[in-house]
Amino acid sequence: MFAVFRDLIRYNIEFAIGLMLVSVVVIFASLSFFSPVDPSLIYTTIPDQPPSWQYWFGTNSRGQDMFWQLSTALRNSLTFGIIVAVISRVISITVGLLSGYVGGWVDRGLMFVNDIFVAVPIFPVLVLFYFVLRNNMDSLTLALIMACFGWPFDARLIRSVALGLKHREFTRHAVFAGMSTRKVLLEEHLPYVMPIVFATFMNNMLWSIGLEVTLAVLGFTNINNPTIGTVLYWANSHSAMVVGVWWWIVIPVILIVMTFIGLFLLAMSMNEYIDPRSRLRRMGA
Amino acid sequence: MHGYLLFVARRALLMLAVIFAGVSLTFLVTHLSPINPVEAALGRMTARSVSNPEAIVAMRAALTELYGVEAPIWSQYINFWTRLVQGDLGPSLLAFPTPAMTLVMRAMPWTVTLLTVATLITFVIGNLMGGLAGYNQNNKFLKAFGIVAIAIQPVPYYIVAFVLLIIFGFLWPVLPISGGFAMNVTPGMNWPYVSSVLQHAILPAMSLVLVGFGGWFLGMRALVSNVVTEDYVTYAELAGVQRSTIVGGYVMRNALVPQLTALAMALGGVFSGTVITEQVFNYPGLGSLLIDAVNAGDYSLVLAVSTVSVTAVAIAIFIVDLLHPLLDPRIRAE
Repeated sequence: MFAVFRDLIRYNIEFAIGLMLVSVVVIFASLSFFSPVDPSLIYTTIPDQPPSWQYWFGTNSRGQDMFWQLSTALRNSLTFGIIVAVISRVISITVGLLSGYVGGWVDRGLMFVNDIFVAVPIFPVLVLFYFVLRNNMDSLTLALIMACFGWPFDARLIRSVALGLKHREFTRHAVFAGMSTRKVLLEEHLPYVMPIVFATFMNNMLWSIGLEVTLAVLGFTNINNPTIGTVLYWANSHSAMVVGVWWWIVIPVILIVMTFIGLFLLAMSMNEYIDPRSRLRRMGA
Repeated sequence: MHGYLLFVARRALLMLAVIFAGVSLTFLVTHLSPINPVEAALGRMTARSVSNPEAIVAMRAALTELYGVEAPIWSQYINFWTRLVQGDLGPSLLAFPTPAMTLVMRAMPWTVTLLTVATLITFVIGNLMGGLAGYNQNNKFLKAFGIVAIAIQPVPYYIVAFVLLIIFGFLWPVLPISGGFAMNVTPGMNWPYVSSVLQHAILPAMSLVLVGFGGWFLGMRALVSNVVTEDYVTYAELAGVQRSTIVGGYVMRNALVPQLTALAMALGGVFSGTVITEQVFNYPGLGSLLIDAVNAGDYSLVLAVSTVSVTAVAIAIFIVDLLHPLLDPRIRAE
């Protein structure tokens, strides 16, 4: 494990940059555990102060210290992404492995459902959920709904691997040794798809955090829960750009772009690492 | 020919299933929720003014009849489908008494045009550059292009549109940032109107292209760099086939087949992106309509926009699927 890590940093510049960006973001987000102020309170400091030694990221028109506000916001956004990614990974692993291993009608049925989920445009559906639930929509409900839509691409990917594993020698041995289907899938096949699961984990986080930002900016989530999206929502509703409080918008945008590029580079380099052909090319063999 | 028909039939079945599932989902979400649309609409209407109690009672009766919430759920469901097939989803509350469908159909051409043009530009540029980058792996310019693609591609639609808005709205105001056309032109087939429409479309289209091209570029580059190592490419090179024929006819064409599948799968996401972009630039399409409808609590209009968008995306995916046999003769044969 450690050797893999060292090789990735040494031979893969994308991985190194991605790791650096994500580390900066994660460290910044975990600072929020030591926050001296409650980020849900407003008017705790002087409003509209530009970045200075006292207020590193300035303060906003609602009288919040942007440093601690953004730290909490980033932590909430990342947590949200992780929750969605974990739940949707569980669904996609179950569907993908079952579909690939069992085959036949189960496979056809599951892949038909899969194709339907790929085609339904998610954004209008999420807006519809918000329209109906309104204030009952908290971030956990939103995470659950998004997880129900975030699995189909990856389930297909996992299925394609499982299809190959099904006809390998060791699967036959396991079946003849009397292993149940559940055991074959969990103990024999799951380790083979884990690299894909990790790579798609990051991509799924990108997708869900991006959607959450979008919904929050439009005011379609719980706007009192600080996330990167709601920070931008409040900045827009106070016309921050027009009145010249640029740091209220520019700093969160920079942070979220760093998060996105970092996660994307990690996912991409991991995908490359899984494919042995491109790994060899990169190492100059 | 038989194989092609079978392919079309399977795809058509999938399209119908997507429409059925999507529309049923919108029905279920709106009807199984704890919130009563009649009370919600009444609450909104009476929030800003004082009405006499008789009027409210009459209004409640009228709305209950309009939404048909008294009937059992399955008969509401059948009723919903019959009305949907007739294209009647009731009057919009936002622009009473205009039917919700009329508003949707008015917004539709804007979204469809924006989406089609932006997707075409994105797909062509991304795949062309990606294909060239995969074939000429040492070209400095194409390598730089790849780095730009990696940097922009993961950023969500909203952030890119927002940054463009700040750049062209505050820092360097040269392009119109809001609306579909200028206020002082008359809609119709005249040059001031057309040029105004084009100018207003530049920023929304640009944000869609910026976010979109990276994915196609990276995908195509990876595909082509795998195809290039195939024996038949080496053979063609040794046999002295022109480079342009190899790149266009043998390498890119083969790599385009999975890209076309990916296009069909990505359309739902691109549609979501268009909705968001329209909102940022206040473009008069389905996205702005949806968000106005949600903010105004317009029940019928929200339902109309969601069902129409699910249907439209399903049809668009079907059309892209029909293009497959043009690239892949194996589907035509059999």
